[in-house]
Amino acid sequence: MHVHLLLSMQDRITGFVYPNELEHHWGLLIVLYPYITGLVAGAFILASLEKVFRVKEVEPTYRLALLTALAFLLAAPLPLLAHLSHPERSFEIFLTPQFKSAMAMFGFVYAWYLMLVLLLEIWFEYRADVVRWSEKERGLRKYLHWVISLGSRDLSPEAVEFDRKAVYTITLIGIPSAFLLHGYVGFIFGSIKANPWWSSVLMPIVFLFSAIVSGISLVLILYYITTLVRRKPLDMACLDKLAAFLLYALILDLSLEVLDFIHRLYESEESIEILSELVFSKLFISLTIVQILIGSIGPLVLLAWTRFSRLPAELKRVIYFIAALLVQVGIFSTRWNVVIGGQLFSKSLRGLTVLASDGDVPP
Amino acid sequence: MARDYERREVVAKLAQLPCSALLLSVCGPLPALLEAAQADGDQTQEDDAEHYYGMGIQIDKCIGCGRCVEACKAENDVPREPKYFRTWVERYVIHSDGEVSVDSPEGGIKGFSPLAEEAGEVLRAFFVPKLCNQCDNPPCVQVCPVGATFKTDDGVVLVDSDYCIGCRYCIQACPYGARYLDPRTKTADKCTFCYHRITKGLLPACVEVCPTEARVFGELESAASPLRRLMRMSELQVLKPSLNTKPKVYYSKLDGEVR
Repeated sequence: MHVHLLLSMQDRITGFVYPNELEHHWGLLIVLYPYITGLVAGAFILASLEKVFRVKEVEPTYRLALLTALAFLLAAPLPLLAHLSHPERSFEIFLTPQFKSAMAMFGFVYAWYLMLVLLLEIWFEYRADVVRWSEKERGLRKYLHWVISLGSRDLSPEAVEFDRKAVYTITLIGIPSAFLLHGYVGFIFGSIKANPWWSSVLMPIVFLFSAIVSGISLVLILYYITTLVRRKPLDMACLDKLAAFLLYALILDLSLEVLDFIHRLYESEESIEILSELVFSKLFISLTIVQILIGSIGPLVLLAWTRFSRLPAELKRVIYFIAALLVQVGIFSTRWNVVIGGQLFSKSLRGLTVLASDGDVPP
Repeated sequence: MARDYERREVVAKLAQLPCSALLLSVCGPLPALLEAAQADGDQTQEDDAEHYYGMGIQIDKCIGCGRCVEACKAENDVPREPKYFRTWVERYVIHSDGEVSVDSPEGGIKGFSPLAEEAGEVLRAFFVPKLCNQCDNPPCVQVCPVGATFKTDDGVVLVDSDYCIGCRYCIQACPYGARYLDPRTKTADKCTFCYHRITKGLLPACVEVCPTEARVFGELESAASPLRRLMRMSELQVLKPSLNTKPKVYYSKLDGEVR
């Protein structure tokens, strides 16, 4: 391999790292994976607010949230697949799963969530509309909608009532499923005892709340943009409610992160020295500046400001939009700091290393 | 690889049979000969359940020559680049002021250059050979999503390179940095205790070449083995015991600074 690259890398390593640790294994693709699944879980939980918790204000975003969740769920396995050295063997995870492996459960959690929660809920939600469209429309669209309706034709009030009940029931099952989906992603990292940066029982919970934060902010951004593009008026009550939930979720998320931080600091285990060094050197910009200041405190202050002062609606919604964008930047850097940060120090706890490659550099 | 070799051997023996039979048919009964040949073939068949392997490393005997690292690379066709190691040697220097420095230049394959420190500045210094600990409670096996890495009955953790999907979860899960991704097969790889050798009754390459017998390989459960003797005679420790991985590589005279 590129010996001079390796040598220049060694110059930037501080302290001692195990020789095999000169290569990094999880890169940007693995950062994307928890980021995307977080958006799925968060968007679904927002959708469930309207159906189960009867928050009527967010109704305009209900279908958008569901479709957002579906779109990102379809994309979620792609970075994982692209990252495998042997993607052609990936089906082995489904055929011969090793049940003790957290990663092997991905296929089942994913399939459950896609087939039994999202697709089913979206189908019942859209069924009556799809039937109507397939009756009214002509040509390809008619045929397409007829196929999607799966032969269903019933538009009687009883049938529509059944759809409503089905959606309600699926959402009830869907909320714990969404928690499972993203909590499980947190578990993949949190259960690695070899890595003190990851190994934390709080990891699934922190992942979950950051997922809710990212999902709400993404739907807010999408609602804002799609409404403007369609030249429709923005529903201010809906935006206010979204922003309020975003603020609550942010406060919870930040509190959990701070709890994790204080807990580590107070317990002061063997790894604390190298982790402190990591936080104040390699991760200073992406953690302290981007994740905490720009991505958490910034939107928190903005959202709190709109809540406790009388601002005109036009200004408020721009602030919401900016806050939501900042949250996305913050959540992305959260994922980065977890995945990449966990590989920037040696498991010998004696040195810091540099991000070299995704492990895909040919020899 | 080991299996292929055995099969070849048995087939060769079977091929010899007709010739020998022809020669000896006048004086020896053929069925008995067949039986003997069969029994001979069976002897080369290794029975996993009869063995339970481990390794002892005597820190005070290691001179840091790096021959084990070289032997391992040659025997197991490990890529030469200095970021793929099945075994490597670390040098620990504990200074008089308490500061600890560790290095392992190119895994110690070419040995170590003399210390720059003056005699009075060093409190103690020693070498620590490292390799896969062949844990009895291996986190790498636990996390493999397809079961491509597994524990054999004779206590060795192996990787099936035809099955590994290259997710690298096992590399992340190993607390000892013992695994790497082979750049040629793009699958996870690690020390196998030279499985192809030990199943033939040979020693692992690193043990074979060690000039000071710092590495002791053998049976963990048989009273007559050199490893058992070492275990009786010295106080042993394992690396990172708090992680409960239950390593089967034991160190004598292990310093508290070693991680």
